[in-house]
Amino acid sequence: MEAIGKLREDIQKELEDVEFIIGWEQGFDALHATPLFIRSQEDIDRLIWNPLCVHNLASYLPQLKGRKVGVLLKGCDSRSVIQLLQEGLIQREEIVIFGISCPGVVDLSKIRARMNVSQVKRVSFAEGNVTIETPQGREEFPLDEVLATKCLSCQYPTPLIYDHLAGEALSPQRPADLLYKEVEEIEKLDVKERLAHWERELNRCIRCYACRNACPLCVCQDYCAADSRNPHWLSQRAGIGEKVMWHIMHALHVAGRCTDCGECERACPMDIPIQRIRKKINKEIKALFDYEAGVNTEDTPPLYTFQMEESTIREKDW
Amino acid sequence: MSGVEGKELRVVGFLCNWCSYGGADTAGVSRFKQPTDLRIIRVPCSGRVDPLLVVKAFMSGADGVLVSGCHPRDCHYAEGNFYARRRLEVLKRFLPFMGVEPGRFEYTWVSASEGARWQKVVTNFTEQIHNLGPLHHFGEGDGSGGDR
Repeated sequence: MEAIGKLREDIQKELEDVEFIIGWEQGFDALHATPLFIRSQEDIDRLIWNPLCVHNLASYLPQLKGRKVGVLLKGCDSRSVIQLLQEGLIQREEIVIFGISCPGVVDLSKIRARMNVSQVKRVSFAEGNVTIETPQGREEFPLDEVLATKCLSCQYPTPLIYDHLAGEALSPQRPADLLYKEVEEIEKLDVKERLAHWERELNRCIRCYACRNACPLCVCQDYCAADSRNPHWLSQRAGIGEKVMWHIMHALHVAGRCTDCGECERACPMDIPIQRIRKKINKEIKALFDYEAGVNTEDTPPLYTFQMEESTIREKDW
Repeated sequence: MSGVEGKELRVVGFLCNWCSYGGADTAGVSRFKQPTDLRIIRVPCSGRVDPLLVVKAFMSGADGVLVSGCHPRDCHYAEGNFYARRRLEVLKRFLPFMGVEPGRFEYTWVSASEGARWQKVVTNFTEQIHNLGPLHHFGEGDGSGGDR
């Protein structure tokens, strides 16, 4: 991995000027990475970079506004930063961005579905394969089979914004027409089946708000409408109505801002495919306003603005 | 007038104070016959209508929701309904994805002088909701164990 060498060099150069740099380190076992806050020379040696580095570290940035920090970003993570910059939630001069070209990250729930991962000893990646060693033996399978869904239709493998870039700048390798595959599957169902689908999926929700806390664009967590008692959007009932209401609330609050980084679905302890809900809105925003979030710092999110004549909106004729 | 064998459905209307509420008033003053299923909630502007208000109305038992404001360019606050139009259009396209039939939610523009238009809107919308029947709530569909 030459990218990691380049990363360490760049971090070394910048370490003096920033409070800390956020990266990834080995987590509690070989299969899990966890965020790392690099403050000193020793910390740099703990840095790792491989397809297990799933976290979108941009989520930390809004609460660090006013402090100078560095952050490691994959292509998709850089879009979150661009979106935050657009909305003035972070300042460009306060962050040093270490971009990494990324061939894709794994989805741990896909690995869990294949094998027992309670005692992983070693994980290695080579030539498009992933090898996992457990006391029961070795398992080897193609990396593509356990990549996160977002990576299978990735259009931005190279960060769109960076101060230092590690690794070769990649061009998009994945087919763009897979982008809304999951959404289209649901759109094929009739309304009744869709309702049943969401009932089945969302009934598992425990309203732990992990999706909210992981989301880089959920920036008003201290004043979240879901926690508010006045107005009381959500009650303490555990029925499905409340669960659905919460997911619609989150989706609408990130409408036109969501960069499809997939953190909500990754963080979900119940493995609910909630990214589809956000994706659907992204799809409609694209169709209506031809806008993709987190691509250009100069853009205005479509719901923050308007046109006198909307060419794409066909109003109901009574 | 209202629907099937006198059975009413719950239709909620968010009407902007400056136009549609006046339009509904005009329709009333002019003694235009209207269905009685619609419950009117007066809001300062269609731009005040958070899409979540609409979702919450559905979750709380509404069978249909109508948002009505001033015509574009006539907003009392100059631009409220421009924002509303974008927001509500996204919502309208999004709700069917979650299992709420298309047509249960509509938004439209009625000015204060358009009593006749208000009558047409409310009549057509109520009829549309009656054709769809009561809303299938989450927890009443095929995918749940009846847990509401």
